[in-house]
Order: sequence, then structure tokens, then C-alpha cells
Amino acid sequence: MMSFTHLQSLVLPLDRANVDTDAIIPKQFMKSIRRTGFGDNLFDEWRYLDRGEPGQDAAGRPRQPGFVLNQARYAGAQILLTRENFGCGSSREHAVWALRDFGIRALIAPSFADIFHGNCFKNGLLPIQLGAQTVDQLFQRLQERPGYALAVDLPTQTLRTPDGDCLHFDLDPARKHRLLNGLDDIGLTLQRAERIRAYEKLRRAAEPWLFN
Amino acid sequence: MQTPTGEALTLFDKLWRSHLVDETSDGEALLYIDRHLVYEVTSPQAFEGLRQAGRRPWRPSTVLAVPDHNVPTVAAHRSHLDQIADPLSRLQVRQLGINCREFGITEFGLNRVEQGIIHVVGPEQGATLPGMTVVAGDSHTSTHGAFGALAFGVGTSDVEHVLATQCLAMRPMQRMLVQIEGELSAGVGPKDLILHVIGRIGTAGATGHAIEFAGSVIRAMSMEGRMTVCNMAIEAGARVGLVAVFDQTVCIDAAEVRPMVTWGTSPEMVVDIDGRVPAPADEADPVKRASLVQALAYMGLEPGTALRGIAVDKVFIGSCTNARIEDLRSAAQVVKGRQVAANVRQALVVPGSGLVKAQAELEGLDRIFLAAGFEWREPGCSMCLGMNDDRLSPGERCASTSNRNFEGRQGPGGRSHLLSPAMAASAAIAGHFTDPF
Repeated sequence: MMSFTHLQSLVLPLDRANVDTDAIIPKQFMKSIRRTGFGDNLFDEWRYLDRGEPGQDAAGRPRQPGFVLNQARYAGAQILLTRENFGCGSSREHAVWALRDFGIRALIAPSFADIFHGNCFKNGLLPIQLGAQTVDQLFQRLQERPGYALAVDLPTQTLRTPDGDCLHFDLDPARKHRLLNGLDDIGLTLQRAERIRAYEKLRRAAEPWLFN
Repeated sequence: MQTPTGEALTLFDKLWRSHLVDETSDGEALLYIDRHLVYEVTSPQAFEGLRQAGRRPWRPSTVLAVPDHNVPTVAAHRSHLDQIADPLSRLQVRQLGINCREFGITEFGLNRVEQGIIHVVGPEQGATLPGMTVVAGDSHTSTHGAFGALAFGVGTSDVEHVLATQCLAMRPMQRMLVQIEGELSAGVGPKDLILHVIGRIGTAGATGHAIEFAGSVIRAMSMEGRMTVCNMAIEAGARVGLVAVFDQTVCIDAAEVRPMVTWGTSPEMVVDIDGRVPAPADEADPVKRASLVQALAYMGLEPGTALRGIAVDKVFIGSCTNARIEDLRSAAQVVKGRQVAANVRQALVVPGSGLVKAQAELEGLDRIFLAAGFEWREPGCSMCLGMNDDRLSPGERCASTSNRNFEGRQGPGGRSHLLSPAMAASAAIAGHFTDPF
């Protein structure tokens, strides 16, 4: 997994609550058997005027000019600012792959749905949770000031604004460690294989029917 | 079992503790997984990951695979994999078979009578048992909590992690008790109850929590009904729904629960059949108000419109929420001797598994549906998410027994209204939403 330490970037505002994973990556694009190639179809139904199909060349598709991903002032943004309960609904990790593939490295919202939140950490995408009021202020500043950029510093768990404000965010220490070092979760768990075998031995004795 | 302070443990606590392999000093658990259910859409990248790392499944006998999301529900398109019209769906269904053979995993493929929606098949096959931990790369895995199993959905990275290690590294959820006391009224069932709960606590009301459902209504409820209730715990944000305390308690008077219909684009946007579409002007919170405005525009509805009387174009009876035998019986009872209304373009019944279908046919339910003008299909996820050919066209309004009314969920531009099997069947006959016949 790609590690995460610092990020300085423009911010893309998606001013909607309860954005579900069906909206992040519509189902027709889940028919891929790969982890990459989803970026062109991120928010497909909001981003384009036509209906998207897998394998289509996105270059010639008519765009919805009002949608933030199509606005020049946010081009190249790697931080997405949004409202509460982002990533609700289906567990599809394709939603995280699409965000990553598009170039998003960090998300800011008042809250995230559980499964989506966990999926982010498996793919080097940092979900930052801030109070609803702080998020509201960021939306306002972003609206007022073209070129508004934020600096994320994972080691100190801070966000720095262009005004010099420093916002702290909370993070699970184990997840932070894995993200900072780009560690492979499976490899880490397999280092504890002896523990797993010891547990299985006890369990097999107590509930043998589970091991038939 | 008790805590060190003498407090009785909740069902969640007991399940959690009995599956604890290891715990780090900062409280992250390594949790053992007894059963892993796999299907074609969220597993190919996980198997590919194993292959690339040269890893094998830790205990292949704990894994059960069924293709369900992408499969055609028309019999003629299922006789051979080559019959699946969409090449990408065909590739995923075929790849599942290849992966299962390579890694020694049991699969109920399209040619097996056991095939069906994974959350119907698991319990049917005895693969889901009380006291187990059950995971799948699907958020509706909460369904299996009806059996007193700790069951939750995971992403594809975790699918790979469980295949490779039989474990997941995670922290315990908080616990929420939803207690439903009294007796449900006639015509009100499990689907109405869970929609009522979601309407009450909101679509993120239980984020970070495992919900335990309790009270006299749950105790008296059938297993099928409990599965419907636990299935939609995720629509209130909870990864886990359990039937068996608590950081939070929600008390519900059963007499207040009425037949429910969603009107908007989130399961929390729900009212009872006597209700009206809400007006954004009445909502004080600006973020919520904006959501209401967006939902009304997408759904093509005006504030103040009575739900009863809104005409439907399609009716879908199926999904892991409502495709078990009890659901089909309840819908058939409404439909018997009646006809689908002329304005309804398509009315679909998609059983949850081959065994549910066979049982329904034994009881003559298929003939009741067919005589009324419904289509009787082969098992799969079908129009719940429209990954196969069963989907809504833009602007079409559907009465659906499924679980999500998100924008585009049942097809781009499609408008979904969630309700119970009896309410969906009644809408098919009346041509619009109405009280259950």
C-alpha cells in the first residue's frame, strides 16, 4: 500500500450530505475484475450528461458543466471536502479505488459511513473527520477564495489553512501507523499465525462442529 | 458470562469475546471469522491479490461462494455461462468459478438448485449458525445477525484478508438496543418496522454501532422476518444487526408502526401510507433542506402530495431483504385472484434462491403470480441493484421490496420506493400505493 505523510493541495467541495457509494461509482463499473481504471467514472451520473458504460473513452463524453469535477478552478485537487455520512450504502471498495484513481488522497467530512471508512485505510486514502461547524466554515472559505489549498500533516494529525489556522483531527493510532508506513495488513496479520493456530486449537476442542 | 464488574454481557460482547484471537495494547482486536460468503462482484480483486502474493486461503472449507449480483433471472439465459448476454457480467461469473476451483472453495453455480442470493443461501444451507462470526464483501451481511451470529459486511481488501488469515484486525462497535414492545397491527410487518426505525433514527443514526433488536415484537417474529429487520440495519448506518447493553436505547411502540413507503432517495426519507411528501420549507437545517430539495427533484414529486395514489410503473418483489418464502406467501395472498393494473409495465417476482423458488412452486405461488400478470423469474439480486438486465429506465417509478432507494440504484434515473411485499403486491394490483389489501 502507498504510504501517506504530507499533502498540500487544492480542495474540491462536494456540498451534499449522505453521498452513497452507488453515486461515487455506479454499479455498471463494478463489473471490472481489476482494482484500477475507475477514475474516469468517479461520480459518473453527476459528472456526465450521457449514460456511462464500462470501457467507453471519457474524453468525448458531454460533461455536466455545473458539477465541481468539471470546473477548472478545482483541477488537480487531491482533497475532497464534503458533508456528513459520506460513503454510506454498499460496501463496494470500488468507491475508494475510484477516488484514489482520480487522484484524491484525503477526504474531509463531519462523518463517514463505517465500511467505507475502513476501506479508505486499506488504500492509502486518509478520511479526516472535523466538526460540522468547521466543515461549514471550510465550505464558505473555499467559495470565497479561488485557489484555496490545505496542507495535511499526518504525523502531527493537523490541517493547515491558508490563513495559518491549524486544525487538529483524531485518528486511530494503529491505522495511522499503517498509513504512515504503507504497511501490508495481511503480512502483519500473518506474523501472528501462531496465535491464530493456538486459537483454532481451543475452538476446535470446544466447538468441533465448526471445523468439519 | 459477566464482565469483571459483575455486569451481564450483551450478545454482542459474548460473540466478540469468543472470537478474540489477540488484542494489541491499544485495543485493536484480531477477530476470528468462522464463515466467509463470497460472490462474483467484490471477490475477483481479492483472489488476484492472493495469487500475486503467492498466498493460499487459510481455511477454504469456511468459504461458500454463490454468484448472485450479476446473474440473469431469465431461465433461457442461464443454461450455460455463454448465454449471459453482458460480456462483463459473464466474465465476473466465470471468474468466480475459476477462482473457486483454483483455491478449493465450494461454489453453488448457476446450474445448481441451491444457487440464489448469498444472504438467503447461507442460512438455508446451514452455513450460518448461531454463535458464529460471518462476513461477506456485501453490506447486507447484517442479515445473518437474525441467527445470533455476529455478521457484517467488509470491503474487498478485507475479503482478501479473511481469505488469507481467517481473521480481521478491527475495534469493537458501540452497542445500540432497539426495543419494540407491544403488537404490530394487521397488515404491518417486519419491513414496515425496519423502515419505521430508519425513519426515526436516520440513515446514519447507528453509524459505529451494532444494533441489537429486542422486545415482544421481535420475540414473536419469524426467522424470515428477523432477517428482513437485520438486513436493513445497515440502512441506519449499523454494520451489525442482531437478535438476542447498550450505549444507546431506542424504544418503539409497536402500535405506532404503520405500513411504510419511502418517498425520497435515502431510506430515512420514509412516511406511512397515510403520509404526504414533506416540504423542504418546513426543515430548519440547511444541509437537510438541500437534501430534501434534491430528493424531490430526482423523484419528480411535489411537496404535500399524498403517498396513497402515487402511480407506479414497475413492481419488484425480491432481494436479500424480501425474497424468502414468507415474503412470497405474503405477496401471493394479496395477488390471488386479482390482476396487475394496466398502468404497471412490469411486475417481477425474483425468488431468493433455487430452493425458495422450488418451495413456492410446490405451494402454487408461481401460478398465482403468473395468472395475475407477474413475471416469475430465476433467483438472483436482480432489480435491487440492476447489475443484470433487470432495471428501471430513466423516470420510471418502482414499488420495490429491496433495501436502497439511492439515485440510480435500480437503473439510471429510476425512482425507487421501498415497501413490504404485501404493500408492493397491493401497489401492483391498484397501480398506485395503497393500504395492503
